[in-house]
Amino acid sequence: MFVRCSPTMAKNERAAPMFHRFSKFALVALIGFSAPVSALDGNPRMHDPSTIIVHEGRFYSYGTGQGLPISVSDDGWTWRREGSLMSAVPGGKPGPETLARGGNNTWAPDVIRLGDKYFVYYSAPGEQPKSAIGLLVGRTLDPKSPDYKWEDAGPVVWSDGIEDCNAIDPGVFLDPTDGRLWLTYGSYFGYIRLVELDPKTGLRRYPKREPVNIAINSEASIIIYRDGWYYLLVTHGSCCRGATSTYNIRMGRSRKVTGPYLDNMGIDMLEGGGKLFAGSRGRQIGPGHFGLLDLGDDVQKFSLHYEADLDRGGISVLEIQPLLWRDGWPIAGENFVAGTYTIESARTGTVLELAVQGIPVGGFRPRRLGPPPSTGGPPPEPPPAPAIPDQVAEDVSMNWPAGDVDLRLAPAMLQAQQKWTITPVANAGGYPGSPYFKITVAGTERALAATAEGELIAVRTFSGTPEQLWRIDQLTDGTYRVMPKSVPGSKEALALSAVGSSMPTLAKFDPKSDRQRWHIRVP
Amino acid sequence: MMTIIEKVRACALATLAMSLMCVGNEVSAEEAAAARPPAPSLSRPTTPHQLVDARGFIRRWLVLEPMPHNGPLTESAVQASLEAAPLASLVAVPREGDVVDLHGGLKWHAVDTVRYNVNLYHFAWALSKPTSNVVFWAVTTVDSPRDMNGVRLAIGSNAASHWWLNGERVIAIYDDRQTVIDDGVSKRLDLKKGRNVIVAAVVNGGGATDFCARFLDENDQPITGLTVSLQSP
Repeated sequence: MFVRCSPTMAKNERAAPMFHRFSKFALVALIGFSAPVSALDGNPRMHDPSTIIVHEGRFYSYGTGQGLPISVSDDGWTWRREGSLMSAVPGGKPGPETLARGGNNTWAPDVIRLGDKYFVYYSAPGEQPKSAIGLLVGRTLDPKSPDYKWEDAGPVVWSDGIEDCNAIDPGVFLDPTDGRLWLTYGSYFGYIRLVELDPKTGLRRYPKREPVNIAINSEASIIIYRDGWYYLLVTHGSCCRGATSTYNIRMGRSRKVTGPYLDNMGIDMLEGGGKLFAGSRGRQIGPGHFGLLDLGDDVQKFSLHYEADLDRGGISVLEIQPLLWRDGWPIAGENFVAGTYTIESARTGTVLELAVQGIPVGGFRPRRLGPPPSTGGPPPEPPPAPAIPDQVAEDVSMNWPAGDVDLRLAPAMLQAQQKWTITPVANAGGYPGSPYFKITVAGTERALAATAEGELIAVRTFSGTPEQLWRIDQLTDGTYRVMPKSVPGSKEALALSAVGSSMPTLAKFDPKSDRQRWHIRVP
Repeated sequence: MMTIIEKVRACALATLAMSLMCVGNEVSAEEAAAARPPAPSLSRPTTPHQLVDARGFIRRWLVLEPMPHNGPLTESAVQASLEAAPLASLVAVPREGDVVDLHGGLKWHAVDTVRYNVNLYHFAWALSKPTSNVVFWAVTTVDSPRDMNGVRLAIGSNAASHWWLNGERVIAIYDDRQTVIDDGVSKRLDLKKGRNVIVAAVVNGGGATDFCARFLDENDQPITGLTVSLQSP
């Protein structure tokens, strides 16, 4: 059984080598030559993040630490710290009843908006498993607002130190089917539990009812809903041990919010079941604390923290990744990776290319009209066929127009005008989980750009203007939505779109259509 | 998808009449024409105006008898072939029966198609004209009840084609391709109130050849309610 021990985590973080954040240039250089975009920019230091919530265009997440530190981002890519929640609570600490039920720690909060109120549920453990989950109520998340303040509404649930539960790690869930509000909680000492809340007060709706046990021996539980299924996501493994943490996110699903939650093998999460959702990958170790970030238009992301980011001295960091769905289960997607690709329309199956006359890869060859005439004997052994080298722009671009060039869609032939290098851009901002990218014809500086007419063009050189910066979001089916940061003279968000079979354009994204869905493939 | 060669081969085997056209001229053009029924999918217009159909397709055109195209269907070969025929800048619509002084005299024919597409193979075959390695020029006018901004001309063609609206080229697609609805689509353009002239040049390698055309609105939905005629602005 694993025991959450946040002070140990704090020691680990203090003991870790001083993290010198890469300069943005260095970071981008690293990204450009290695592959994955590393976890968020700015200061993503975070442990046990709350579900990310958007308020007045800003992204907020709260985490474990003294007073529940606030992380804020203007774009979802570059993050900064902005004080703590408890600094706006009278007394600066959990209220006396919460302290009495639990203790004077502030860990692992979760947040939800209901009407004009924000409810923040937070862990207030004492000597575990004696713990409590407290509630803060506020009307704005903006610390600069004159209305900014948090009121302690007392403990919501607690564990007495004897029962089979450790009442920390709240996860709040508003059921979209009926508007009922639920809270899951628990950490390793026994059960993950579920209680119903009153949407008006945020407190328990039926305080005398027994909580429902829905999983065991895990923590960081939270429920999401999709297409008739409730999904319970929890974190297994050990936290707070830097690069030796074994945190991983697992899940089960149920037709009822109260369970039973079974994994893909039919094992009840009350008996230890759990299909893997996210494990360690690459230089980021120990994912935990899932939170859904639904951006609409079929773009879903999830927040989490990695126990150790080896590119940042091994500290724990906030991350945002695409959330995909396949066969009725969520899948952890990966943020877009720099590289050279073809960009293929899901609508047409044709690829984006410069509107220039292509040259066959390997040169022109006469068409074979059929087998050679029979000579009566066995056919001669054909000579070995050598590999044809890749076509590069330098070899075929001498006749391309010198200035701006139109774009079109054409059958994929691996020709130079069909290969695009996609590279993150430094100091240009970003969007949840990722920086903006430039998209250039491979081997050239010809850059994809939006025009004031809402069309596309390849400009001679990349200048970094907003119409040349591209947002690439993976949609829930695994295809991509590609959008310019802005279109000249327009405030409307437009996406790369196939209109007809042969024409790319920009159009308002329609999640019900394949027109704005693209496969970005390694050629 | 059939290649040009396969299409030619299929064409050659299809019927005796087709084989005469495809592989040789063993009868005179007059004799062949006399022996051939009219194009089954085309008819001569009997009304001065016609609405686009329920899916927005333009079904009335003036089509010029085919002229030869020498070369492949690549961008450069198609452009060279079309530049040799100074018809792209047509803004005055010819009259049915007018003759273009090229290749011994080529006549304009007015046609209504019973389907969404204009079957150029039917058109040429019925006239005992070649259907392979040829360029078909077509022109029509569309009356718009009002100025429409941000619309698109959307076409399909077998095979390569160029399209002009009011003298400006708005679509160019190349290579051996089938007629697929909305295969080639223009950038956003303005359809002016009143009469607008559309000129098309369809270049065929071999076998079947046809085209279709309509306008799409800003939501890529077909525009109906446009009136088609064969009269100059």
